[in-house]
Order: sequence, then C-alpha cells, then structure tokens
Amino acid sequence: MADLHIPDALLVKNYVEGNENALATLIKRHESKIYGFIYSKIADRDISNDIFQDTFIKVIKTLKSNSYNEEGKFLPWVMRISHNLIVDHFRKTKKMPMYRETEEFSIFSIMSDDSLNIEGRMIVDQVEVDLKRLIEELPEDQKEVLVMRMYQDMSFKEISELTDVSINTALGRMRYALMNLRKIIDKHQIILTN
Amino acid sequence: MAKIYSKKALASKDLKPKKEVVSFLLSYSQALKVVKIEDKSFEIIAN
Repeated sequence: MADLHIPDALLVKNYVEGNENALATLIKRHESKIYGFIYSKIADRDISNDIFQDTFIKVIKTLKSNSYNEEGKFLPWVMRISHNLIVDHFRKTKKMPMYRETEEFSIFSIMSDDSLNIEGRMIVDQVEVDLKRLIEELPEDQKEVLVMRMYQDMSFKEISELTDVSINTALGRMRYALMNLRKIIDKHQIILTN
Repeated sequence: MAKIYSKKALASKDLKPKKEVVSFLLSYSQALKVVKIEDKSFEIIAN
C-alpha cells in the first residue's frame, strides 16, 4: 500500500538507480490504463498484449540507458510510446491481399458493405439528438446520474461518490430518470427507432 | 430488454495485460544491462 504514495518520478529515479521493484510498481500502477488504451484502438487481446510488451521493452531500454528526461510525466510518455506502436501496427497490417475477378469468382462474393446507408445514418443521428433533448427535460439530479451512467460509462459507486449521495439514491435517481423518459416518450408518442 | 441508444466506449475499465507478459517484462528488465561507451550503447542480456 505504501507504494501508492510514491510519485512516479521517484519510482523512475529508483529504477534507474537499480531498484527493480520500482518497475514492478510502475507497471502495476499503470497497466490497466495503458493496456486499456491499446485495447481500445486494437480490439484484439493478443495483439494488445504484444504492443503492451513492446511498449515496456522500449521503456526499460530508455530508462536503463539513462535517456529518459521527462520527470513527472511518466504515464503520458509511456502512452505516447504505445500510441506510436499502435500506428506502426496499423501501417504494417494496411497491406491488403489482392483478388482478381474471374468468371467463376466474383469479387462481390467476399465484399460487402455493412455500414448504414445515408438514410440509416440520418435516423441514428436524429434519434440521438431527440434522446438528448428528452434528457434535457429531466430534473437536474436525475439527468446528472443518467448522463454519468450512460454517456460517461461511470459505475454507480463512482456516481454516488461524485454526487455525494448513497449508491441506493443514485440507483433510485436512475430508475426515476428512465421512468420519466418513458413517460415523456409515451405522452408525446415519440418513436425512437432505426 | 430495453434498447440502449447511447454510445459506449470500447475500453472497459478493468482490462489488464496477461500475467505472463508482466512477468516477462520484469525478468527482461533484471537481465538487461545497457552500457554506454562514448556515443555508443551496448545491450547485454544475462542468461
């Protein structure tokens, strides 16, 4: 637990001076953020693990060769390394296999466009705009909980801590927010669908 | 089940790398020594 109070810069300094445990603490402290960042771009666990590993190999080499000079900004520095490796990965995989169309083989048998057409996209955008307008109609405390939960992806525990209420109150506000939304939708006979 | 209209971030909060990856990194760090001689640096990996 004591490790939590040691700033990154001091851990980096200790590691450069030969304390290997400092690296373990740094990895443990930031692994979730860094791996989560990589996974959010790559969406593949194995490749994300590879990029995470390559990121820290670069970190280790830089620190061991005394080339690191950004004290106090350890996490952004590591994130930048991982970002560059993600870009490299996409550059490498950009090369697509080439297919030629023949009489027996039509290129359209393997090609399809799953994306929404222009009408579909307009409907989705309209639904989102309508929904945001409806949310604006909610009482402030209910709106706050709903936005934090649905748009900012926060847990009810985090919401309760941030709004200074119990988890049950936050849950109750969410429930009332949804009930009120349904009421408004029913009352005005709004269709939210695509 | 109600349909959710809000956009969700792809990353969830508790994603972590494999234990083997972290363990490899710690072993690699222990084994690696970088020696700088003038403007060249040499990496030595102990077995």
